[in-house]
Amino acid sequence: MTYIVKPRLHHPKLPINALGYTHRDYEGSISTLCAGCGHDSISAAIIQSCFELALPPHRIAKLSGIGCSSKTPTYFLGQSHGFNSVHGRMPSVLTGANLANRDLIYLGVSGDGDSASIGLGQFAHCIRRGVDMVYIVENNGVYGLTKGQFSATADKGSKARRGAVNTDSPIDLVAMALQLGASFVARSFSGDKMQLVPLIKAAIQHKGAAFIDVISPCVAFNNNPESTKSFDYVRAHNDAVNQLDFMVAREAITADYAPGTLETVVQHDGSMLRLRKLAPDYDPRDRVSAMTYLQQRHAAGEVVTGLLFVEEDHGDLHEFLDTVEAPLNALGENELCPGQEALDRYNAAHR
Amino acid sequence: MPKPLEAVNDFVVKFANVNGSGSASANGLFAKSVLRMGVPASSRNIFPSNIQGLPTWYEVRISEGGHLGRRGGVDMMVAMNPETWDEDIAEIEPGGYLLYDSTKPLPKSKFREDIFVIGAPLTAICNRAYDDPRQRQLFKNIVYLGVLSALLDMDVAAIEELIGEQFRGKDTLIKPNVHALHLGRDWAQTELACPIGLRLERRDKVGERIFVTGNDAAALGAVYGGATVCAWYPITPSSSLAEAFASHCRRYRRDAETKKSRYAIIQAEDELASIGMVIGAGWNGARAFTATSGPGISLMQEFIGLAYFAEIPAVIFDIQRGSPSTGMPTRTQQADILSAAYASHGDTKHVLLFPQDPNEAFTFAADALDLADRLQTPVFVMLDLDIGMNEWLVEPLSWDPDRKYDRGKVMNYEMLEAGAEFGRYLDVDSDGIPYRTLPGTHPTRGAFFTRGTTKDEYARYTEEGRPYVANMQRLLRKFETAKRYAPRPVKREAREPTRFGAIYFGSTTLAMEEALETLETRGIHLDTLRIRSFPFHDEVFDFVASHERLFVVEQNRDSQMRSLLTIEGEVDPARLVPILHYDGTPITARFIVKAVADMLAVVTLAPLKKALP
Repeated sequence: MTYIVKPRLHHPKLPINALGYTHRDYEGSISTLCAGCGHDSISAAIIQSCFELALPPHRIAKLSGIGCSSKTPTYFLGQSHGFNSVHGRMPSVLTGANLANRDLIYLGVSGDGDSASIGLGQFAHCIRRGVDMVYIVENNGVYGLTKGQFSATADKGSKARRGAVNTDSPIDLVAMALQLGASFVARSFSGDKMQLVPLIKAAIQHKGAAFIDVISPCVAFNNNPESTKSFDYVRAHNDAVNQLDFMVAREAITADYAPGTLETVVQHDGSMLRLRKLAPDYDPRDRVSAMTYLQQRHAAGEVVTGLLFVEEDHGDLHEFLDTVEAPLNALGENELCPGQEALDRYNAAHR
Repeated sequence: MPKPLEAVNDFVVKFANVNGSGSASANGLFAKSVLRMGVPASSRNIFPSNIQGLPTWYEVRISEGGHLGRRGGVDMMVAMNPETWDEDIAEIEPGGYLLYDSTKPLPKSKFREDIFVIGAPLTAICNRAYDDPRQRQLFKNIVYLGVLSALLDMDVAAIEELIGEQFRGKDTLIKPNVHALHLGRDWAQTELACPIGLRLERRDKVGERIFVTGNDAAALGAVYGGATVCAWYPITPSSSLAEAFASHCRRYRRDAETKKSRYAIIQAEDELASIGMVIGAGWNGARAFTATSGPGISLMQEFIGLAYFAEIPAVIFDIQRGSPSTGMPTRTQQADILSAAYASHGDTKHVLLFPQDPNEAFTFAADALDLADRLQTPVFVMLDLDIGMNEWLVEPLSWDPDRKYDRGKVMNYEMLEAGAEFGRYLDVDSDGIPYRTLPGTHPTRGAFFTRGTTKDEYARYTEEGRPYVANMQRLLRKFETAKRYAPRPVKREAREPTRFGAIYFGSTTLAMEEALETLETRGIHLDTLRIRSFPFHDEVFDFVASHERLFVVEQNRDSQMRSLLTIEGEVDPARLVPILHYDGTPITARFIVKAVADMLAVVTLAPLKKALP
């Protein structure tokens, strides 16, 4: 099987963004995932987000591990460098890439097997370090490419299509990300583009570790009625705490809102996040109460979605390491090599 | 009773201590004092996997003739550890000397008849001089150094000078240490017949040479070679390399004005993450490395294979040690040769460099960064604990001021804009090395998707057999090209024509050189070849072809270098005679001499037998 090239032709009247690019300039090659796969909706959301933000595609690096979700970077941002790394290890490769050049946007795409099972360690540690990235987990509770085994995010008691029941407790990556110090945490649903696109846009603009858990049902292996990761289940139990209207700077707020229902967050780069509250008492700046709320709703069988936590000035790994402003990969001999004189001093000190 | 050993500037002193008793600084002071007297010396720390309580040894080879490998045997034992007393006593050469703490009397059975026993009441001296138990313990080490200085007729000014340098900035510590030194020295000069048969005399034989560990020098080489990203996970004996890199970077890599760092160091959560970060950084155009040891190499296997197939520069320092878990890990070996050469699954092979000492560790570290970029592949620098953690007396480090980093084939914006054809895995000039682009280079040209092996020359996804095979063949051509850039072997011809050769590499060099001299005095002549890199250059197999029998000297059980030679060169294994030292201590000259002589007796016996009817 050779990969399928999409024709570059497009309708002359397709809308263009501030860079003069059309939506098509953000697409990749044709998806080889199953028809109806939630992951393709997430790819579409990524494409729309980057188009609307008018990002130069070549300034984005997309990295993934192994699995169905990790195949998706081929299907979006064809003008971006991509890296299909090894299973569960995307976070370390992304961290290294980020260290080499702090000027690019890093988009890490992973799955629940890739991040919660084999890659739980790397997931945790890259969040802890505050790597400036968008980390998206396309979460379907199941291994697709190896045909239907449970992953570590599958709920206890969840039943697979062929009848197997999961007896292990699930890992909630959102709860972990909160505990580990992520400065932007969100959950969404692949079937709700209205909710997902603004979250991705806000995550891209966020400086620091931004984590989005996207429930993305697997139509082939985990969309049966007894699954808690099916389209129907998530629709029925979706407890959205807020609706994010992402705005770039300087855009005036025009609509009228009832007092106490609107919250504005100004991000590091000046972009503004306008949150319409759906759960009146939910405060997305309070890490501890966010964690409590999640636990309570989870116990009630609900799937909490929305922008769950944001900390605007948390900083990122480069700030913590106090690295120079210039990308490390752009430094040459003059900046890096101390020269013979320094070596003479070193020699003298070791006699 | 044998004659007491007599030697000037040519003997071995070994200190047997308890780990964590503060002996390391006194012992190091001894070795450096010898150097300050202008007499070449080397030291080897043989230590346990432990912070406090287990036995540790420090062996100093003093050699005016410049033999700085391990010789084998001990001429003067400073036995400070009751636990290892019996084996320490047994190691002393007949006619050699024993210095011990005689505060508590020991039965006669604890000594040997054929050695000279020198008792010094070190504990008693310290108890008289100090009230604080901690001081009593710490200064005991300096007191025995004082005793030793008198016995060996050392220049006390050299030791005092070093104490002054060592405690510069903590000046209040200088006086008490000098006082302790003289407590021991004065006692010895009053109570003992000083000097003994082993003596030190001032010479001018050290010259410009420096006394450094391989890990420190390799880390500095990484700084000079332009490494900006280091990701590592603590593991003996490699940790001090990453830590030295951090310390060199703090000194040399801070922006003068902003004080910001021109480097990034991550202590990762494990070795898998370390190598992943190195690969991510290399993919994105920064020079990156990790430092690890055998177990780390095992954990990195999958990623190393990916880097090989995806063709991403990475430098891996493997500070080799013995076996997994605890115990042997604090002992030296050259036992990762095969696991590094063929690291990972699938058809992979990797470039290895074998530095012989800290000086070459510095050079090869910088070279490895160039090689990795030039060849777009992982490059291993195969150090070992002996080179990495022991201080060696080596030529001073030097750097060519005109040297430019070789960034290899990177297609930049101008080339892409000018319309250069870009195929990520396209062999444009038949050296097997394709061009790469870095993320973010050009808005519409040069982007590609990095994967394992499922790709064609333009990095397009394919699972077809033909492009796979073509790619695998190109990787072989690239491996061949590596020979053009990797350090060539060093050949030395024997004084007389000979049918016999010896092949060695890495930290074996010094012991080997001394062994060759000794063998020559016995009429045994060997041509030698020191391997400095893998893939093997043609000279290696020419050398093998031009000798009837070859000794392959290495520090592992399974003759791994010999295996690599037979696999890669299709050499008849029967012609390669293994000489293997793998007890965890560095190989000695005496071991090599004996092994070669014994083997030759067998080998040369065969034709004699044939001659008989």
